[in-house]
Amino acid sequence: MFEYAPAPESRDIVDIKPAYGLFIDGAFTDANNHFKTVNPASEEVLAEISEADSADVDRAVAAARKAYENVWSKLPAAERAKYLFRIARIIQERSRELAVLESIDNGKPIRESRDVDLPLVAAHFFYYAGWADKLEYAVADPRPLGVAGQVIPWNFPLLMLAWKIAPALACGNTVVLKPAETTPLTALAFAEICRQADLPPGVVNIVTGAGETGRALVEHPGIDKVAFTGSTEVGRQIARAVAGTGKRLTLELGGKAANIVFDDAPLDQAVEGIVNGIFFNQGHVCCAGSRLLVQESVAEELLDRLKTRMATLRVGDPLDKNTDVGAINSAAQLAKIRELSQAGDNEGAVRWSPPCELPDRGFWFAPTVFTGVAQSHRIAREEIFGPVLSVLTFRTPQEAVEKANNTPYGLSAGVWTEKGSRILWMAQRLRAGVVWANTFNKFDPASPFGGYKESGFGREGGRHGLEAYLR
Amino acid sequence: MTERLSVRKTYKLFIGGAFPRSESGRSYAVNDAKGTFLANAARASRKDVRDAVVAARKAQPGWAARTPYNRGQILYRIAEMLEGRRDQFTDELRGSGLTKTAARTEVDAAIDRWVWYAGWADKIAQVTGTANPVAGPYFNFSTPEPTGVIGILAPDGPLLGLVSVLAPAILTGNTTIVIASEPAPLPAITLAEVLATSDLPGGVVNILTGHRTELAPWIASHMDINGLDLTGADEDLATDCEQAAAENLKRVLSPTTNDRATDPGIARMTAFLETKTVWHPVGI
Repeated sequence: MFEYAPAPESRDIVDIKPAYGLFIDGAFTDANNHFKTVNPASEEVLAEISEADSADVDRAVAAARKAYENVWSKLPAAERAKYLFRIARIIQERSRELAVLESIDNGKPIRESRDVDLPLVAAHFFYYAGWADKLEYAVADPRPLGVAGQVIPWNFPLLMLAWKIAPALACGNTVVLKPAETTPLTALAFAEICRQADLPPGVVNIVTGAGETGRALVEHPGIDKVAFTGSTEVGRQIARAVAGTGKRLTLELGGKAANIVFDDAPLDQAVEGIVNGIFFNQGHVCCAGSRLLVQESVAEELLDRLKTRMATLRVGDPLDKNTDVGAINSAAQLAKIRELSQAGDNEGAVRWSPPCELPDRGFWFAPTVFTGVAQSHRIAREEIFGPVLSVLTFRTPQEAVEKANNTPYGLSAGVWTEKGSRILWMAQRLRAGVVWANTFNKFDPASPFGGYKESGFGREGGRHGLEAYLR
Repeated sequence: MTERLSVRKTYKLFIGGAFPRSESGRSYAVNDAKGTFLANAARASRKDVRDAVVAARKAQPGWAARTPYNRGQILYRIAEMLEGRRDQFTDELRGSGLTKTAARTEVDAAIDRWVWYAGWADKIAQVTGTANPVAGPYFNFSTPEPTGVIGILAPDGPLLGLVSVLAPAILTGNTTIVIASEPAPLPAITLAEVLATSDLPGGVVNILTGHRTELAPWIASHMDINGLDLTGADEDLATDCEQAAAENLKRVLSPTTNDRATDPGIARMTAFLETKTVWHPVGI
């Protein structure tokens, strides 16, 4: 492996304030309690963040309601569109700054925040901006729901915000959004962007906090819609809390995707797809290809090539432009990854990681592959949400389908084969909301995304994404 | 000369294409609007629910794998069979208190509803599916697929109400467990006789009669049911069921007050459809 000189992106472009308030009704306001957000690559405290309590959530919901009744629902749709186009443009203008901020707060490599997250964020706003005055071509008699309460995770902080806010606003709703407690900074930067865009106060409200803040939001009687992306366990709790209230609900939850490689697949491309499938964003991806199903006849060869490729992955400083795998987002997540990997060892799977030096400070986990995994193993059943791949083998396409579908999840799947009819045959039978054939982890604002079974319900992206925010 | 003594029908359950009694051996008396005894209906148990789910799960992949054209033909066949039994259903509906005219109108509307949905079978994917213009060299398309096994609490409208919730669920390839109207369960079982003679594969529709409040919680909490239609539930029961349904994140269709005489729209079909999006690179 070549030695690379460090190529750090400058963090001077970002101005992180020592403290942030809640963004309610177009202004930043302080809260009674605060928490810290840290850089997971260094454990350095980045800022003091306000923790919204139920009274703060009340104020945010009231502001959103007022903005909905008085301003946003009365605005001509073409004007709503123009606000969203404006926001998309400001995001493009500030994308370098936002990418650096995202990498600092989240730990993901700058190459990914710069080349994947930020372009998709801007594209998402651009896409839904165009829908705002064309809704009647998508849905009969489109009417907004009102106020949406939205709770998003820490793995793609600004992208998940875009997935939530862009369609909600395009359809004429106002929002109260809670970013994850470990990654609030880009959402707060987005609040500033709303001000730069002159978005009317109260249309977007950002309340920071942890689980209790989220609970206060989704259980608030003043909201008409709950949209949540996160773990299946919390998704269940939300579904229970929303039961009987008449609130509309969409959930984008966990996954345990099978990435299926047939013996006729182009192996080098498949290896790239496998690596991208599980090590992209440190494996903090709900649709990660965390179960590799490889046809027995090529298993050995594929694993050799995969290990060779894994040995070239650069783990380290998220702001270094050469970095492939950044920091694990939090100590808690690192503990979870370690615990499940330990379970893999204990249950008899064989662990392998390339030799790689991990930084002393911060939260790190080396890219890891487990072979000899049985379907009953925890590492084959539970979402690890880290850079850990479980390898299983199969002999026939039928067996591949059965193993792939043998999970309560159903978010995504991958198929690698040169045979077109087999791709379509597999795609029809895989019980998953997104099927990547001879590719993996591709996203686009025009492409509907969401799960089957316990991976949740509702779609984000595309024309289908509008349905979540219209009556 | 004495009048001929009629041969009465035993109303049983409909599970996996067969007509078993409740394994519990229980039944309950069904009376007409004036309180006159009509028949004993089977009072299904939790075990019957489980048997029905097993039958529905077993039938689901095969039913979903039928071509939409074939499913449409079978739904149209159901309408044909129902048409042939108009008088029987009209008589049976009069037992639940409808006038002869109202009963006839209800039967005709139910037949027409099967026909309406039959025509949807090979069109719903064209209305809800998309080809997605992604910003890259990929072919990307989204198609609807059935959610799987659906539990249905049918409303009290004994025929049209039942058909209105059942047809959209099965048309797209789902299989079902239906709790029939508790006070007027008999037309549901007679409808099962129609279904059983319409080339509908056994297990696609399973009909249970009995006490709603006893059976609904078992349906709502069953881990092998993927969707739940609460049209026939009152508010309290619906809330309890929705909470129980959260355990495996069932898709829940909440009770709605929609006029069954108007155009049903596509919402009942899309409620139990998943969207699958497939990506493939474009290149040479």
